[in-house]
Amino acid sequence: MSQAMADAMSPPFPAERGLDVYNKKLGMWIFLASEVMFFGALIGSYVILRFGAPGEWARPGVVLNIKITAFNTFLLICSSVSMVKAYASIADGDPKKMKFWLLMTILGGACFVGIQVFEYIHLVERGFLPSGVREGSELAELVTAGTLPGATMGLYGSTFFTMTGFHGFHVTCGVLSMLYLYLTKALPGKFTTTDYAGIEVVGLYWHFVDLVWIILFTIVYLV
Amino acid sequence: MSTVAAAAHTAHAHHDDRSFIRKYIFSTDHKIIGIQFLFLSLFFLLVGGILAMQIRWQLGFPGKPMPGGTLLPETMAPGGVILPEYYIQLVTMHGTFMVFFAIMLLLVGVYANFLIPLKIGAHDMAFPRINMASFWSAVASGIVMLASMYVPDGAARAGWTMYVPLSAREDLSGAALGQQLWSVSIILFGLSSVLGSLNYITTVINNRAPGMTWFRMPLSIWALFITAILGLLAVPVLAGAAIMLLFEQVLGTHFFDPASGGQALLWQHLFWFFGHPEVYILILPAMGMVSDMIANGSRKPIFGYHSMVFAICGIAFLGWIVWGHHMFVSGMNPTLGSSFMVSTLLIAVPSAIKVFNWMGTMWRGNLRFHVPMLNAIGFVAMFTIGGLSGIFMAATPVDMFIHDTYFIVAHIHYVLFGGSLFAIFGAIAYWFPKMFGRMMSERWGKVHFWLTMVFYNCTFFPMHIIGMAGHMRRLYDPTIYDFLKPVQPMNEFISWSAFALFASQAIFFVNFWWSMFKGEKAPLNPWEDNGLEWTLPSPAPHGNWETPPTVYRGPYEFSAPGVSEDYLPQTKKLPTDREPALTPAGGH
Amino acid sequence: MNWWLPPQASTFAPSIDLGFLVILIITGITFVLVEVGLIVFVIRYRQRPGQKAHYTHGSTPAEVIWTAIPAVTMVILGIVSNGLWVKIKGRNSVPANAYTIGVHAKQFEWWITYPGPDGKLGRTSTSLIQKTTNPTGLDPDDPASKDDIVVRNQLHVPAGRPVVVYLSSEDVIHSFYVPQFRVRQDVVPGLEIKAWFEATVPGQYELGCSMLCGMGHYKMRAQVFVHTQADFDAWVAQRASQAKGEGTS
Repeated sequence: MSQAMADAMSPPFPAERGLDVYNKKLGMWIFLASEVMFFGALIGSYVILRFGAPGEWARPGVVLNIKITAFNTFLLICSSVSMVKAYASIADGDPKKMKFWLLMTILGGACFVGIQVFEYIHLVERGFLPSGVREGSELAELVTAGTLPGATMGLYGSTFFTMTGFHGFHVTCGVLSMLYLYLTKALPGKFTTTDYAGIEVVGLYWHFVDLVWIILFTIVYLV
Repeated sequence: MSTVAAAAHTAHAHHDDRSFIRKYIFSTDHKIIGIQFLFLSLFFLLVGGILAMQIRWQLGFPGKPMPGGTLLPETMAPGGVILPEYYIQLVTMHGTFMVFFAIMLLLVGVYANFLIPLKIGAHDMAFPRINMASFWSAVASGIVMLASMYVPDGAARAGWTMYVPLSAREDLSGAALGQQLWSVSIILFGLSSVLGSLNYITTVINNRAPGMTWFRMPLSIWALFITAILGLLAVPVLAGAAIMLLFEQVLGTHFFDPASGGQALLWQHLFWFFGHPEVYILILPAMGMVSDMIANGSRKPIFGYHSMVFAICGIAFLGWIVWGHHMFVSGMNPTLGSSFMVSTLLIAVPSAIKVFNWMGTMWRGNLRFHVPMLNAIGFVAMFTIGGLSGIFMAATPVDMFIHDTYFIVAHIHYVLFGGSLFAIFGAIAYWFPKMFGRMMSERWGKVHFWLTMVFYNCTFFPMHIIGMAGHMRRLYDPTIYDFLKPVQPMNEFISWSAFALFASQAIFFVNFWWSMFKGEKAPLNPWEDNGLEWTLPSPAPHGNWETPPTVYRGPYEFSAPGVSEDYLPQTKKLPTDREPALTPAGGH
Repeated sequence: MNWWLPPQASTFAPSIDLGFLVILIITGITFVLVEVGLIVFVIRYRQRPGQKAHYTHGSTPAEVIWTAIPAVTMVILGIVSNGLWVKIKGRNSVPANAYTIGVHAKQFEWWITYPGPDGKLGRTSTSLIQKTTNPTGLDPDDPASKDDIVVRNQLHVPAGRPVVVYLSSEDVIHSFYVPQFRVRQDVVPGLEIKAWFEATVPGQYELGCSMLCGMGHYKMRAQVFVHTQADFDAWVAQRASQAKGEGTS
């Protein structure tokens, strides 16, 4: 980042040298460390439960729609790219472009959540719940037919909805934060080439959320 | 240069025109937030104590109507006689309130908030509004936890450790909404804790005053900093587990349900992966503050400052790899038992180092026995017992016998009460002047200390003995077992001691509240200490300093040669001192 | 009033008690050193007019010594303890000739199954559990279960012979605990856990639940009878000749 930006981010009083990272950014990295532990607990539990499961796990694609989710993954990755572009724009002193790319990121994130909500509704209709498979549903018939392993569907539902649900919650929080920044700071032109900490910090969060999704997509949908 | 003039020179002198609400209720000032946490946590300490009194009533006098028991609902204690289902709620909620809402908030919520900016020379925390959010989410969490005791079916009742499947199945425990509210409260508490941690860590890393290098920081700040890192990384795991437990009851998930492929031990691994770093969160800040108080009371530098820092880091690091020692007989793979035993035995070493260094600090000192020093020495004496009893549990074959007995209960209380709580009593007296501008009564502080020391040991030491006899935990009526009938008189003795212990705390509470309004007005530096906070007025003003002070030395330069007084503040410049390499404002 | 560990009634007990005693000695010495040291310092170094504290930041040799001694002590303690641990709980610790007993824990009682004359425990399944008629879920199609003896809240074992209990839980986590045997093992639903011991002294003892399992946890108690081998065989024969026993607690 520019020296001017770095100077502007530092507290306006003399201090002993810390890490050469301004407070808001350091705070976000630290917060993300706690998020790693949180998702680690959920993902770690999934791994333990799946490896210790009393039978086969459902094969990929039978319950979950890989195609739509792959598109969703692509969308989220694109929104990370647009986030980077927003950051680069303001660092180069172009607030107009930054506003555009920030808006694209927000829309990308919002669409991701929207598609995931749509996916959830469809799954529930087919009979997939956090508690497993609903009696008398389309998926229940697949269990009876042997296409789905009845013994592990409870675990499958529990882990799927918890992990993707909390990820979706984190995406939603990110979208809302970016929207807040957009309305209160980006639109009124408060971000300048020497003050765009908000963009950088929310960008860090957004990339993290994207990274978690790539992991989840792989180990929940594809494997 | 007189300290009063210096303080007037550098203290924040601007006109503070915040409204009452912004100043005292929704405040972003770390000092006010620290005081808010103090009131909140002392309240919960009282709640935890009242729950303990009921537990001790039942254990000392099983099946007898409790004085005041008729105030309880018929579903809990008909005719004042505590029911088994109420008893297990009592033990569960006592542990929950004491661990999370009393000790964690007292050590971290109060002292991380109050001390960190003051002792490193910062205006406030890095993120004052997030700090305020941390307090109010702790309040919300506490309200939810209190509410969980008043719902129709009662509170959670599977022990503060909340093992599944008992906690996950309301048909097996009887607790439905109460259990769910426990989970919700813990999730909120986790949020509060993480918000606090990220503040403390960022502030210590980036907002130290010029000259306040890492190895010039007081041990209280080192301990609070390392504790914040532990909390940051451990508490989210608990939050994740609590969410899974909540979903188990509310959404019918199967994480812990063996009939559907879930694993009961998964909860234990998650809980103790959090739980072991948690117990170091519950002791490290106390150790840090004790170091400050003992150095001050001995009028000597801390013996082995660098070793003390490494010991704090060592305890924190090792704390991540010992969690299985809570699970030796759980059905976990016995080979894991062996590895956890090794790491657990090793973690005794840095704790021992600290005890020897505290003794080394007192050795050849010029000891002043003010109330904080008494409590700090009490900490060392009692924590030693608690730490040593831990060795019995670390040795797996012996643990097979004493696991889940009162020997463990003795250990827990020796480290948490004998350790942390004595340190807290000392710390409250020590920093009271800087918080409220007045001194607590020295005489009543001493009376409280001695009464507490006597009754505390009478209450908890015998628990080692009944534990050795095989007395299990969480037993509503031990006299059901023939082998426990002989130790029932000891249960009664413990209960009487506990009642006396609880009653003695009235002295502390009265001293605390009375002194806040009527205590002797406090000078700038009543303890003749070296820390930065003692250069500010009592109480310290909003914003602390106009410009951060400059630090020339470490915090424990007591009885330094060539200095007329037996203390030497960190910010006092001597002719031989050089200015630190100044990082100019805005120059990171 | 008991001031020490319970009487020893198994082959483990002396080893475990010895371990306890050794640790007591080590911790006792440390305790005395620290507490007496504190008292001495408090008296000897109390402030006096004209006295000045000795200004020092520490002593590296002291740090080395009081790090090394505890560390070495802990390592030795760990190595020695591990031997006993592996012997009691290790993967292959159950002696080959151990007498098998099934212990099925549920809120708030212990259902004990003895293998009868064929020496084999019949298969059980949770789906077969019927509260009054088949509390342990014994599978009637397994020939080994025909002679199994099911008893409520009574554990009978022969002295001088290793016994292995196969622990199962129907609902929540319980814990199998006989203080005089120094045996404790959590009983976890969904896991098959074995615990073994060898009783030595004939007599009557108690089995308690040592893991909070609900409101009846405090009374989840069974009687334990250690018989001589002859008496034990007689008891088994007597129960076998009855129908599947109800047992009295």
